Amino acid sequence: MVSLEEIKKSLLTCIWFMFLTFPIMVIRVNTVQKVIEWRWINMLLVGVAGFILSFFWRNLFREKGKTGTEKQSPAKTDNISIFQKIREDRKRFLPVVALFGCFMIAFPLVFSLYQTNIMTTALIYVMLGLGLNIVVGLAGLLDLGYVAFYAVGAYSYALLNHHFGIGFWTALPLSGLLSALFGILLGYPVLRLRGDYLAIVTLGFGEIIRLILENWNEFSFGPSGIANIPRPGFFGMEMSLKGHTIYLYYLMILLVLFTIFVVNRLQNSRIGRAWIALREDEIACQAMGIDKARTKLTAFALGATWAGMGGVVFAAKTTFINPASFTIWESIIILCIVVLGGMGSIIGVISGAMILILLPEYLRAFSEYRMLIFGIVLVVMMIFRPGGIIPDIRRVYKYKGKETRMI
Amino acid sequence: MLKLIDVRTCYGKILALRDINIEIKQGEIITLIGANGAGKSTTLMTTCGILPPRCGEILFNGKSIVNMNPNRIVAMGISQVPEGRHIFPYLSVKENLDMGAFLRDDRDQIRKDMEYVFEMFPILAQRQHQQGGTLSGGEQQMLAISRALMAKPKLLLLDEPSLGLAPIIVRQIFDIIKKVNRENNTTIFLVEQNANLALNVAHRGYVMENGRITMTDTAENLLANDNVRKAYLGI
Repeated sequence: MVSLEEIKKSLLTCIWFMFLTFPIMVIRVNTVQKVIEWRWINMLLVGVAGFILSFFWRNLFREKGKTGTEKQSPAKTDNISIFQKIREDRKRFLPVVALFGCFMIAFPLVFSLYQTNIMTTALIYVMLGLGLNIVVGLAGLLDLGYVAFYAVGAYSYALLNHHFGIGFWTALPLSGLLSALFGILLGYPVLRLRGDYLAIVTLGFGEIIRLILENWNEFSFGPSGIANIPRPGFFGMEMSLKGHTIYLYYLMILLVLFTIFVVNRLQNSRIGRAWIALREDEIACQAMGIDKARTKLTAFALGATWAGMGGVVFAAKTTFINPASFTIWESIIILCIVVLGGMGSIIGVISGAMILILLPEYLRAFSEYRMLIFGIVLVVMMIFRPGGIIPDIRRVYKYKGKETRMI
Repeated sequence: MLKLIDVRTCYGKILALRDINIEIKQGEIITLIGANGAGKSTTLMTTCGILPPRCGEILFNGKSIVNMNPNRIVAMGISQVPEGRHIFPYLSVKENLDMGAFLRDDRDQIRKDMEYVFEMFPILAQRQHQQGGTLSGGEQQMLAISRALMAKPKLLLLDEPSLGLAPIIVRQIFDIIKKVNRENNTTIFLVEQNANLALNVAHRGYVMENGRITMTDTAENLLANDNVRKAYLGI
């Protein structure tokens, strides 16, 4: 079982790790006493840990290879994940959804205000994730500047309110529209770009928006931001802070449901099919008579609309916005939500948002290691579940036993 | 039906098509043969609008289609089977065919057409829920042709349907091409390197060299022509 070759490989890895971590783990300069401490015990620990981990790591790969070959044999079809089984079976799918729905509705009544607040944030990210899912998951356009539209939404509500006293409910569709406009504005020059080039241009676009907001003081009040943004009203009713928080939570639930409904309809519509075709093959797409330019622009515009509306809710929730909330980091988190959850799959994106937003909140104790854990999780995910937590059902390969004969 | 008049196409500064003239009549199978890099595929790409020509005129049923968007050209009834098949690898066979009928609204007719296609290629019916990318090369070519037929084209452009396929499958595909032409009266413009096969199914042929049309005649005459035999048939 454990061959000499394996031990040799692990030994090499552990030596390499000892060498790599030598400067930070072993040497410590004590600046007060002006001496150098040599912590050799740390090197030993790194060595042992590296050896064991590399051993397990390669073992995992071997296991993965095994299941890979088994999947191809037609006899074993029940290798699909439990999520997919639940989703395919309507009888089991509906109760699960109903249970989850009940939990979500009862959430603010059972848990504290703090929890409700966190959940509202997570729901905003669900909305953002679903919006980006249109652009990245369905149309296959890698957009790294998605947060720009989020910022456009938040700032248009804040500024419209500041200057013209426009309320939440008017601002919501208006900001969505404005963001869609910005989506088209960005989409137009990048129509001919693909893949990495598109990613770089969208990245630049996101930064441009942020820098404008930061530096154009007369327009956006610069880094000091805009404060006293009103929370959404409910037919002019007076509400306490608690009431507002709970109200915003339910509002967000409704908005997310609306988003799911629309995205689901879009996915199965003509334009949705055009997006998927565009993701798969551009030349074939044109040969089928799909208008490439219009399809891309609608993807950008519709994706941006959800970001804009999410931005409005965000502004209303925090009552204060400044450019620091719209850094490139936000874009990356949203992209991670989509990729980690499962590109193109609605349930996947929802679970991705829940995990990526809620876990860091509940794991405050490990907040120092947050980035480390985040990175490890992403790497492991991409190796063992490249389709995401709950991949798009379209990618499931159905194999029927009787069709296996050679033709 | 389709007329290319003095069409010139460039890739940057490189001239790929030098003033070519091609005419295709309703119901014909026309083949364009030539060596690698002669400009055959460029001719097709120019015809269907993906690569707009530098100058010249392209008429389809008497209407100019130069500088029209590719999607509008498809809507007019020109359907293309791109070189290298270009099927949608992650969509199922059925979804691929559905994409072919993207511009059509008549659901009942689409279903009938799909049955017609399945009748023509029974293997596609068997594999209709399989992902396109998991099909073999020959099946993918069948799928690509079927997908183009789902658009109910008046003119079908085929770019090297024999590319990388076993001779027996190539023959099967060429039989289908003839059948489509006969049964639906679909005009076919076939670009091929396999001159022998192409000239055997076509009514007329054009020979292309270095971006120019150097010869045109009926298929029989071309097959009998000494120069063609030497250069393309290896006899």
